[in-house]
Amino acid sequence: MSILVDQNIRLLVQGITGGEGTFHARGCIEYGTRVVAGVTPGKGGILWENQVPVFNTVEQAVKETAANASIIFVPAPFAADAIFEAADAALSPIVCITEGIPTSDMMAVRHYLRGKYIRLIGPNCPGVISPGKCKVGIMVAAAFKEGTVGVCSRSGTLAYEVAAMLTEIGIGQSTCVGLGGDPIIGTTFVEAMELFQQDPGTEAIVLIGEIGGTAEQEAAAFIKKRVTKPVAAFIAGSAAPPGRRMGHAGAIVTGAAGRAEEKKKALAAVGVRIAESPAEIPQMVQSSRVHGSRLRSDED
Amino acid sequence: MKIHEYQAKILFAEFGIPVPRGRVARTASEAGEIAAELGGKVMLKAQVHAGGRGKAGGIKSAESPDEAAKIAAGMLGRRLVTHQTAPDGAPVDAILVEEALDTQRELYLSIIIDSSQGTPMIIASEAGGMEIEELASESPEKIIRTYIDPGMLEFQPFVARRIAFGLNLEAEQIRPAAALISGLYRLFRARDCSLAEINPLVVTTDGRLLALDAKLDFDDNALYRHQDIAALRDTEQENPLEVDAKGKGIGNYVKLDGDIGIVVNGAGLAMSVMDTLKLAGGRPANFLDIGTLNDPRRVVNAFRILSADLNVKSVLVNIFGGMARIDVIATGIVEAHREMEIKFPVVVRLAGTNLAAGERILSESGLNLIRAKSFREAANKAVAAARRSYPWSVSGDGTCIPDTGEGDYS
Repeated sequence: MSILVDQNIRLLVQGITGGEGTFHARGCIEYGTRVVAGVTPGKGGILWENQVPVFNTVEQAVKETAANASIIFVPAPFAADAIFEAADAALSPIVCITEGIPTSDMMAVRHYLRGKYIRLIGPNCPGVISPGKCKVGIMVAAAFKEGTVGVCSRSGTLAYEVAAMLTEIGIGQSTCVGLGGDPIIGTTFVEAMELFQQDPGTEAIVLIGEIGGTAEQEAAAFIKKRVTKPVAAFIAGSAAPPGRRMGHAGAIVTGAAGRAEEKKKALAAVGVRIAESPAEIPQMVQSSRVHGSRLRSDED
Repeated sequence: MKIHEYQAKILFAEFGIPVPRGRVARTASEAGEIAAELGGKVMLKAQVHAGGRGKAGGIKSAESPDEAAKIAAGMLGRRLVTHQTAPDGAPVDAILVEEALDTQRELYLSIIIDSSQGTPMIIASEAGGMEIEELASESPEKIIRTYIDPGMLEFQPFVARRIAFGLNLEAEQIRPAAALISGLYRLFRARDCSLAEINPLVVTTDGRLLALDAKLDFDDNALYRHQDIAALRDTEQENPLEVDAKGKGIGNYVKLDGDIGIVVNGAGLAMSVMDTLKLAGGRPANFLDIGTLNDPRRVVNAFRILSADLNVKSVLVNIFGGMARIDVIATGIVEAHREMEIKFPVVVRLAGTNLAAGERILSESGLNLIRAKSFREAANKAVAAARRSYPWSVSGDGTCIPDTGEGDYS
């Protein structure tokens, strides 16, 4: 089993005729994902790479192809509009890869999505992969292997790195979700944890957080209440000075809660095992499986 | 992006937020003239992109135009060091000369975006003047937090009134306070701010509310639609290496105070490389994410920037090829060594897409690189190399120290 994406995905690619869109649509198809439609306003009617029909609007694409999910490679100034268009057509999940969307645009998107049964992943993320089943993202498939560990991460490269290390020692993943590095994202750790907890195919969860915001503390509160599966975590940015933005728009320590140490403390307090380096994660996951012990105790 | 206080106050005035009378001066005589216009008694405020100016001597009062000119002469052209600036401070190229006011209360007002709620949040407090972090730890009960529902098409007056009453203002101050708060909110939204802060917001002895200080930060991702704001950027206030990096297409470079340079792809990975260096007993000289664009020039430019940082004693290149291809990275490393004299030992750890091709490029180049397989090994070797290269970098008798084998340097 897996979360978010599997064989039932009929994927629409918004921005399919652009460089990024073309490159990664090919990658998704190679992985076995069913890419049923593309949307590029003004280019409707063409057949992309002689295999995928392109439409002018999402509405039209959905009507003709029964697409049920979207991946967005639209430049930042137009990306929020693309998310609205996909949400308006009730596609879910919507995976937005685009980096650099203005925060106020994302506030509007988040408000619009509130109360709707539409899941947005990202923006500024590598997407989602359920190894062996489906890839809706830009990650390199070789790092992943089918299995039972769920991975969720604010950082794309760290998610690859950790997945590759798990794969190397034979531990596969149910689903790896790149949540995105922006301050306002569609799906947070809490929601990813909830999905992994409910998924019978996920036995252990890896959380990869970073400085900035309070998403890890919120995850800790949720884990305490609802998560019985073992959780291991790494928080990037212990060595980052306050007030400086570390690449990701959301990775900036503006208050005490945003510090890596505070996040580690909150997670450790609910029984999550904290890795000091991403390289420790695979061993933590392995020991929980080999010895049948929990990474997280139920005492809390 | 940050702007100066005087620039923020011009924007404040556009949105109806009362500010003290005053103007910016770039010379001492100009400061004297402005002081004369304002009636003699003035405040002089050094314009730097950092807080903590008062304690650092960046805010002074003058009783006369002559004194104002004299104080300005002492400030201009110097660097002001506050607890928020780099250790060598920030240059003072402009001074805001303002009327001196008699105040009875100092309040706090700011707007930020709360990432977990996904909405703007107004923070207000009766205890202004001190930094909000200090306030939050000392008297959290004095902080009023208000989330603004983006569903309210425009900012509704009741929100401003609620905050104004919460600040225990006099009855006749409620209306102007509400107007000020709503003006700040409109400014925040209209210009894509990431922070709008008035600290202190003062009540004068004659009962007027004014923004004594003004701080605005803007969302870099939205600057494309605010050309007038983008034009306010003062690169003199930024670290010259960071300005240079931006010019070379590397936006994600942050100068730090350590001595081990890093070249990494991905923000999260770069942060964890910094963390691992720290665990290994070293200190990163920078944060640098070269991004996922497959262009060897990015790597060359990264090396140029690190070469310009005189604190760098060794460099750690850690690339996990996902989107980025290792052969492209390897080509960049080789080109960098061909194009410039690399004066520090370079530790390289590569993994992922096209690794074999990348390895071939590096071994055929004959470059004297220190190789590592794992994260931790790379960090240990970079720390060891920085320590050993120090006497070498002073005497300058070589280009790169040899890798002494697979030994553990920790």
